Amino acid sequence: MIRYVIRRLLWGVVLLIVVAALTFVLFRVLPSANPALLRAGRDPNPGLVKNIEALLGLNKSLPEQFWDYMKEIFLHFQFGYSYYSQESVRSLIGGRLSATVSLTVGAAALWILGGMSVGVISALRRHKLADRLAMGGALVAISAPEFWLGFVFLLLFASDIGKFRILPGAGSYVGLTSDPWKWFTSLIMPWIVLAAGSAAIFARLMRSSLSETMGEDYIRTARAKGLPERRVVRHGIRAAINPIITLFGLEVGVLLGSAVLVESVFNIPGIGELNYKAIQQSDFPVTQGTVLLASLFIIVANIVVDVAYAYLDPRVRYS
Amino acid sequence: MSAREALLRVEDLRVEFPTEDGVVHAVDGITYEVHSGRTLGIVGESGSGKTVSSLTTLGLTRRQGARISGRILFGGEDLVQLPEERLRAIRGNDIAMIFQDPLSSLHPLYRVGAQLVEAVRAHRDVPKARARERAIELLELVGIPDPRRRVDEYPHEFSGGMRQRAMIAMALANEPKLLIADEPTTALDVTVQAQILALMERLQRELGMAIVIITHDLGVVAEMADDIAVMYAGRIVETAPAARVFAAPEHPYTWGLLKSIPRLDAPRSEDLMPIPGTPPSLISRPFGCHFHPRCPYAQPEHRRIDPALRPVPDEPEHHVACLLQAPVRRRLWQRVNSGETPAQALAEAGLPGAPA
Repeated sequence: MIRYVIRRLLWGVVLLIVVAALTFVLFRVLPSANPALLRAGRDPNPGLVKNIEALLGLNKSLPEQFWDYMKEIFLHFQFGYSYYSQESVRSLIGGRLSATVSLTVGAAALWILGGMSVGVISALRRHKLADRLAMGGALVAISAPEFWLGFVFLLLFASDIGKFRILPGAGSYVGLTSDPWKWFTSLIMPWIVLAAGSAAIFARLMRSSLSETMGEDYIRTARAKGLPERRVVRHGIRAAINPIITLFGLEVGVLLGSAVLVESVFNIPGIGELNYKAIQQSDFPVTQGTVLLASLFIIVANIVVDVAYAYLDPRVRYS
Repeated sequence: MSAREALLRVEDLRVEFPTEDGVVHAVDGITYEVHSGRTLGIVGESGSGKTVSSLTTLGLTRRQGARISGRILFGGEDLVQLPEERLRAIRGNDIAMIFQDPLSSLHPLYRVGAQLVEAVRAHRDVPKARARERAIELLELVGIPDPRRRVDEYPHEFSGGMRQRAMIAMALANEPKLLIADEPTTALDVTVQAQILALMERLQRELGMAIVIITHDLGVVAEMADDIAVMYAGRIVETAPAARVFAAPEHPYTWGLLKSIPRLDAPRSEDLMPIPGTPPSLISRPFGCHFHPRCPYAQPEHRRIDPALRPVPDEPEHHVACLLQAPVRRRLWQRVNSGETPAQALAEAGLPGAPA
């Protein structure tokens, strides 16, 4: 098992290098303004542009640039410097990591707990009112884009522009360490908005998975043993979780993508917002750094899922 | 047989499932008794209602929306009327059940021992460690080697026969008075089948429980059963002590079952005679005798008259639901049993052939 995890981690590093190479090429091949030109002011003379290009290292060939980039990462754990602010990407990301982690971890918890419990209730009350309401709500949550849902929430509940002014609105985020209560209340709406889509998918998956397992022979056995219905349901849930866990790793990617939008809507100073601005400003090093970080999250999440899978299903053994 | 009080008495049990296509009459007024220490074999094809009737005994068809009427008397109580909580206390405690496919009947993600412990603790307030000791004891009782190690294994690490032994161990956890075994050997290899049947007989001797064994395999009941009930289309069409069913079967359906299994003592020239056709739909059953469309001996009036289960003359413990006259039936069975085709037997009995 440990050897398996180590192998997966090594492959993860290889994968990250591939992702870095792909994004590196992609950002430079796609039509976007020359970053040097953007920084040279209005009507720049060609000499200045050349100077800036040399300063940013853009005058070298692509493989050379990539080699320099990789060398910096492996030797100094530096991911380049922002074209825009000259700050190191590492410290830019480091300063914003806590906001994004607060947002995504909270949303993921809400997504899993909320999605699964709604799914369980729906499966056990199939075709009853509670099930129909939950599945209708899930359909709305899946269909609604985060930026729209975010604005709806702000217009409904935000303390500045809302109809019912009960929650802090956009731009109210503070760090956990400075004021835990404000941190918590400012994140309630972003958590809900970010979790909604994934939670809805999980609720629907859990509903169908549990409906299926509750019809299995071993559930009949559990009832025939005289177990109380609560324990019988637990047998069903235990078996229903496994196929869903697999999708957790995939949904993490979706969640990180949506975090970009949610951070922008709620004006949370996180990595998503950083990424959003960096793309607007053709700030390659920053974009590259955020993409690598997101890839790392997804790779780690998938390794965690696979390890959890082996733990949850005794029939699965890795070697 | 009937002098003592029956352990389980099922009276005119009917189980219907309303579906979109119509009402499924899964069990249609069956009556039988089971006595302590004895074995009743319920025999029939798939869809004859044998499984539904025993699931209903445990109240397991209730949540499938079944409409249940009649009485199931057990220990002075009517299980049909019993509230769910009281019934739950009986399930797995006084009445236990084992199923056809032991692999799908055991939870794949729980250790065998944990599933046994759960069965014990569902009805006994004992600490986990004690329940675990009991689980090991039970595995030993059903002949699983090295039970101390096996108790911590998962079902997929057991062989097919061992899984069914584990199921039996689980059923015996609380020393039930009645064990219902639904096709317990169907999913197993032939050699393992015999072991499982022998195990059940030994446990019955040691624990004195009653067994209801449900099967389509007359070979299984020949080995196990004291009494036999033959079911067809939700009804019991013949019931008698096991020996009588094999020596002097009265119902043409029973003849069909007997003639469609190979026998070592029959001449090699004798062909097997399968029962033609398929079991009827339980939503729209045939008028008259439900078996008449498949019965080679059916007479025109059998399409209209629905036969009741009646005692066979001179055999108070032998009942049959057939419209043929008793002497005619006997002549037909003698002919058929000696290897003649139904058409030959009919001609010699002086009856017109079955309507095509």
